[in-house]
Amino acid sequence: MLAGDRVFRIHWMPGSDTLLGVCHCGAERSAEEPVELWDWLLSHPDGHHAPHPIEPAPEELRIEVSA
Amino acid sequence: MAFATNQWYVAAYGAEVGRDLLARTVLGEPLVLYRTESGQAVALADRCVHRRYPLSESRLDGDTIVCGYHGFTYDSGGGCVFVPGQQRIPRTARVASYPVVEQDSFVWVWIGEKDKADPAVIPRAPWLADPAYAVVCGMEPLEARYSLLVDNLMDLSHETYLHGGYIGTPEVANTPVTTEVDEENGIIYVSRHMDDAQCPPFYAKSTGIQGRITRWQDIEYHPPCLYLLHSRIAPQGVYPKPDGDDSEAFHAEIVYAITPSTENTTYDFWAVARDFAVDDESVSEYLRSSNHTVVMQDVVALNLLETVIAAEADGYQELSINIDTGGLAARRILARMTEQGRAGALR
Repeated sequence: MLAGDRVFRIHWMPGSDTLLGVCHCGAERSAEEPVELWDWLLSHPDGHHAPHPIEPAPEELRIEVSA
Repeated sequence: MAFATNQWYVAAYGAEVGRDLLARTVLGEPLVLYRTESGQAVALADRCVHRRYPLSESRLDGDTIVCGYHGFTYDSGGGCVFVPGQQRIPRTARVASYPVVEQDSFVWVWIGEKDKADPAVIPRAPWLADPAYAVVCGMEPLEARYSLLVDNLMDLSHETYLHGGYIGTPEVANTPVTTEVDEENGIIYVSRHMDDAQCPPFYAKSTGIQGRITRWQDIEYHPPCLYLLHSRIAPQGVYPKPDGDDSEAFHAEIVYAITPSTENTTYDFWAVARDFAVDDESVSEYLRSSNHTVVMQDVVALNLLETVIAAEADGYQELSINIDTGGLAARRILARMTEQGRAGALR
């Protein structure tokens, strides 16, 4: 396994034909063939949006919505 | 086809370079290799500056080469030190010399701009010169372009079909791979871990394992030239221990140096280094013979492919599928290296 800071990975998901591309920026995309996936990975950062966990908004910014 | 210049390539095994003159053509450049009396490997352009006579068809006089046609004589740096019949040696009387590094049993030469040759970037294959390993090796000339050998080695699912009965079993083609590309360091890694697989004869006979195995294949390609296959074989279900101890497994380091000779020919240097039965000559002989057979199966297939490609019309559309993920990555990095070399040459 490579340990550099700029490593692109494509995992062939076991039991399927699906490939999962993972960019070093954290962005992910799945595809059914590798050409499209390399095109997307190597175009970093174009179209790369790292999946961020959705956190609740701070208390002071919350708006009460009445039913 | 263009080549990636400003790169290091294996021109020979160190054992091939001695006091006889050795001819090799690397990236279309004819070279003559020899070893000085002090043991230093030398690579010079294999054409006398006078009338192009191959210096490899000439003779050594001490550390100089005396051209076999008219006697022009060159020192180990390529400078002409004698011309026939006159005192004055023309200023332009010299042949190109190439940076050379001997490492891990290989003789590496730098093809490109000499001032950019950095020995520190040559990738390593330390097992080939490690007494803890037994090594069998060889070189087969391919009548095929080097990219075909890169494709071949980056996708080992072909073992199941082309090398069945030797190194291929059904699990190789059936097991998904993970592919990684380190853009900064120019390394491609393809990992195929088979937890429960048949043991092919190549490993059954050499390791003595009876029954099924856990077989790992981890490819580490350092384009353009060095390809490493870390092969781990163990009785089924035996894995490295948490502290890293893996002494219950058998390890073979399969090394290839892929050196373009001309546009349609390639040097296929191959080696198998193992950490088991290192003193057993019968195992060495079996692996030498078996691996040579496997290499020749590839040679026949790739030579056939070359004739097919050479005869076809432009615009053939290949189809790539999941097994090609690593090969496609290699093509992209090689294309980029070729472009960088071309840009450097134009500066």
